[in-house]
Amino acid sequence: MATFTRGFGGRRDDRDDPRIPPGQTLVRDWPVLSAGATPDIAPADWSFSIRTESGLHTWTWDEVRALGIDDVTVDIHCVTHWTKLDMPWRGVPLDRLFAEVETSLDFCTVHSFGGYTTNVPLDELLDGQSWIAFEADGEPLTPEHGGPARLLVPHLYFWKSAKWVRGIVMQAEDEPGFWENAGYNMHGDPWKEERYW
Amino acid sequence: MSTPSPVDGREARIAPHPPAAARRRPAWHAATVAAVAPETPNARRIVLDVPTWPGNDPGQHLDLRLTAEDGYQASRSYSVASSGEGTTVTLAVDRVDGGEVSPFLVDAIEVGDALDVHGPLGGWFVWRPGESSRPVQLVAGGSGIVPLLPMVTAHARADDPAPFRLLYATRTPKDVFFRGELDDALRATAPLEVTHVHSRRAPEGSDVPAGRLTRDALERAVLPPDAGALVYVCGSTPFVEQVLRWLGELGHDVSDVRAERFGGA
Repeated sequence: MATFTRGFGGRRDDRDDPRIPPGQTLVRDWPVLSAGATPDIAPADWSFSIRTESGLHTWTWDEVRALGIDDVTVDIHCVTHWTKLDMPWRGVPLDRLFAEVETSLDFCTVHSFGGYTTNVPLDELLDGQSWIAFEADGEPLTPEHGGPARLLVPHLYFWKSAKWVRGIVMQAEDEPGFWENAGYNMHGDPWKEERYW
Repeated sequence: MSTPSPVDGREARIAPHPPAAARRRPAWHAATVAAVAPETPNARRIVLDVPTWPGNDPGQHLDLRLTAEDGYQASRSYSVASSGEGTTVTLAVDRVDGGEVSPFLVDAIEVGDALDVHGPLGGWFVWRPGESSRPVQLVAGGSGIVPLLPMVTAHARADDPAPFRLLYATRTPKDVFFRGELDDALRATAPLEVTHVHSRRAPEGSDVPAGRLTRDALERAVLPPDAGALVYVCGSTPFVEQVLRWLGELGHDVSDVRAERFGGA
């Protein structure tokens, strides 16, 4: 039940755009949200690993990029109520890494440099739904925005798109990550407004 | 940076201090504006009466939603300047020029007006009295003081013995939020030191000239790295990034710092 606020009209710019989920407002800049310090990671020190029941699979910076970088244009939605439309990104689809990995485990905990974690079911990372992204808006990702590489899962709220990503641990059960432990939704679909517990 | 260890379930940085589970389940609550007052030339204090509010921890935030008569809604996240079990919730809103919600809250909303809030939110950027004996270093830029003030007031109210320090950067003395609350906390027995830095204009009679925060001024104002302080930093993104960079250069373990940023890079 909403309460009417006397005198509030709202600006409603762009609100008719069907690409903006409920409760979101269009932004043109790119707000920064992080829980702690921004780590400084050189590409030479960066690698990406997937841990499965059969062990650890690791790719260097060059090895990941050699899998093939796609150009994608996506809309991103932050749980703090902003949406950014038509954002160009470049990255490697997770499909290409998982093509080299066998697993029967269904759930992922995504790990970042700095200790951040977030959970995503594997079937929401595959089939062109996620990338390891290296560039946005035509530029290499800055450290503030998760550079040198972050996860990009644009169909979920953006806290799932872990900055400074370094790997995935496959698990049998869906376990909460950093923000999911701190009151945020396990899934995070912006179209269903799955913001909080 | 050394070669990272293989991914496993244990992480070196954030994970040793897992966020406490949110203790109060967030929910929608109807709110009525109980009081408004100018906080600074650009910001307004808004006190809400929220009869079903479950209370909140110092540092938590809420989503505020305005609904027009035709059902159009706009939501924004705001830090809560109050804490504890009461049903009075204090916000302090800075006007973002060209914004849709903040100019309405700062310039138009009146006592008796109704709106909705969803919360309390956030279990990471919080400090609760009595939970830790570690000293606490707070660093605020501008309206970044809002989630830090309830930590200061809760510390004073609980007479918590943990040493507290606040470094508060504003453009001019007129831009300082919560001056009365900070003065009250300084008079309390709980240990608190407050350092103000003004980038554009110093207080009259001050022997410290106005100027942007520098690394040297930061070093003089904050607890030293070996104090083992819990550090909370809140402000605009450039302010927070600069402060964290300097804290790292000064030998602080920035992996242990809790930060909240607003705005773009």
